[in-house]
Amino acid sequence: MKLFIAAVRRDLQAQLRRPAELLNPLIFFIIVISLFPLGIGPSREALSLVAPGLLWVAALLATLMSMDLIFRSDFDDGSLEQMLVSAMPLPVILLAKITAHWLLVGLPLVLVTPLLALLLYVDARGMVAMTLSILLVSPTLSLIGSVGAALTVGLPRGGLLVAILVLPIYVPVLILATAMVATGLAGGDYTGHIYWLMAILFLSLGLAPVASAAGIRISLED
Amino acid sequence: MLLVNSVKQFVTRRLPDALHRLGSPRLFFETSGRWLPWLLALSVGLLLLGAIWALLFAPADYQQGHSVRIMYIHVPAAILAQSGYLMMAVAATVFLVWRIKLADIAMQSAAALGISITFLALVTGAIWGKPTWGTWWVWDARLTSTLVLFFLYIGMIALRAAMAHRAGVGRACAVLALVGLVNLPIIKYSVDWWYTLHQPASFSLSRAPTMPLEMWLPLLVMVLAYYLFFFTAWIMRIRQLILVREKDTDWVRQWLASL
Amino acid sequence: MKFDSLVAFVQMDGQGLYVWAAYGITCLLLAMNLWIPAIRQLRFIRRHKRDAQSAQDRQE
Repeated sequence: MKLFIAAVRRDLQAQLRRPAELLNPLIFFIIVISLFPLGIGPSREALSLVAPGLLWVAALLATLMSMDLIFRSDFDDGSLEQMLVSAMPLPVILLAKITAHWLLVGLPLVLVTPLLALLLYVDARGMVAMTLSILLVSPTLSLIGSVGAALTVGLPRGGLLVAILVLPIYVPVLILATAMVATGLAGGDYTGHIYWLMAILFLSLGLAPVASAAGIRISLED
Repeated sequence: MLLVNSVKQFVTRRLPDALHRLGSPRLFFETSGRWLPWLLALSVGLLLLGAIWALLFAPADYQQGHSVRIMYIHVPAAILAQSGYLMMAVAATVFLVWRIKLADIAMQSAAALGISITFLALVTGAIWGKPTWGTWWVWDARLTSTLVLFFLYIGMIALRAAMAHRAGVGRACAVLALVGLVNLPIIKYSVDWWYTLHQPASFSLSRAPTMPLEMWLPLLVMVLAYYLFFFTAWIMRIRQLILVREKDTDWVRQWLASL
Repeated sequence: MKFDSLVAFVQMDGQGLYVWAAYGITCLLLAMNLWIPAIRQLRFIRRHKRDAQSAQDRQE
């Protein structure tokens, strides 16, 4: 566990050396959300009606955009190859990487969500549900996305391919999360949704690092 | 203890041995070559029989009228779209665990075949939707999860195309197939749930509450015919890819010379 | 037989267009799945024969 935390810290420091790349997904998220009122019109009813879906799809895309970075620099400077022979099992190393990535990309998304929800006229109840859902699901998004990133890390331009591989797999969490927000907006009880989303989170916590490790091994072999 | 040992021996020795023997491209090519004409005749014959039955003899629906005849080609396509993915995932598992080349070829062929059947399910669903719902597309639970399945197939094919000349292409695709397999039931249930959430108790394609026997039977024939057709087309694709991949081996040269 | 005449069979109470379009596309797509591997295999064999032939010509 100590080793794991040390690995997370190391990854955090390494990623913080390139702050611009980390900010891009966040800026993308904010800009996309501010474009929607321009496209749909400023009407309060229309915007608050589509807000959960908009925020969610934009969050998915922002996470996906950042997924390309998660292993890229380690691949370029050869440190991924060293991880293969390290004493720590590869899935654990990758889990540390994913954790660091979520702390730097996922968490900021969670933090700006209330602000963006405000822009789309979501009321306080909805705002809580919205933020909670993103907090709960963004680790799942990073975990699932890491599998796509691991499979394509050796390819020169993997960015769009990752989206094609991963977006269909995001469907269940998108459905559950938007339903949770809709329930919250209507003033309903969404503990059931939270349990389901947590179940999916634990499932991907168990499976995604292993699948990512397999993907990394395959990508590095060529 | 004895039982455990014999199970262990089966899994670690006997099963891999058998798979490697059966997984020899040459053996597959020669055996399937003998079966293929029969399979082809049987599946095309059964398809024709099912089509004639469905078009001429099956009853019209009291609500939908004659457009219900589309069901006999849409439902088997939707079933095969899912089974095809399952078969592809089985091939992927065999390839990942035992590294049998034939399994990789089978996986690649199943993806190509599966995506076309899934496309067929979507198109026939849309055509059926027009007279039934009045629009070409409805976000019905079955159509939506078939659409997501279509995207999953696209991912498989896109990954293979992007990695075409790399050594790890087969295993990368196999990993993706298994990730998709784990997600498939979750996607299906979440889409079903999403549908009931938004449109409770409306008419859904192919979920007729009581289907009379005279509709069941042709449907059954069609499902059987589609399965047979899938296997036939699958074997044909596998044989063609075996030839390409093994073109420099002696047995392919001999086979070519014997033509 | 559920139809009285050929015209009724083709029209299917005005729904013929949909039914026949669906069956036509199915027929086309299924045939394509047989056609593609068959034609590729034929091409493979033909190419090989040509190569073998030209190798023989060179030898002579």
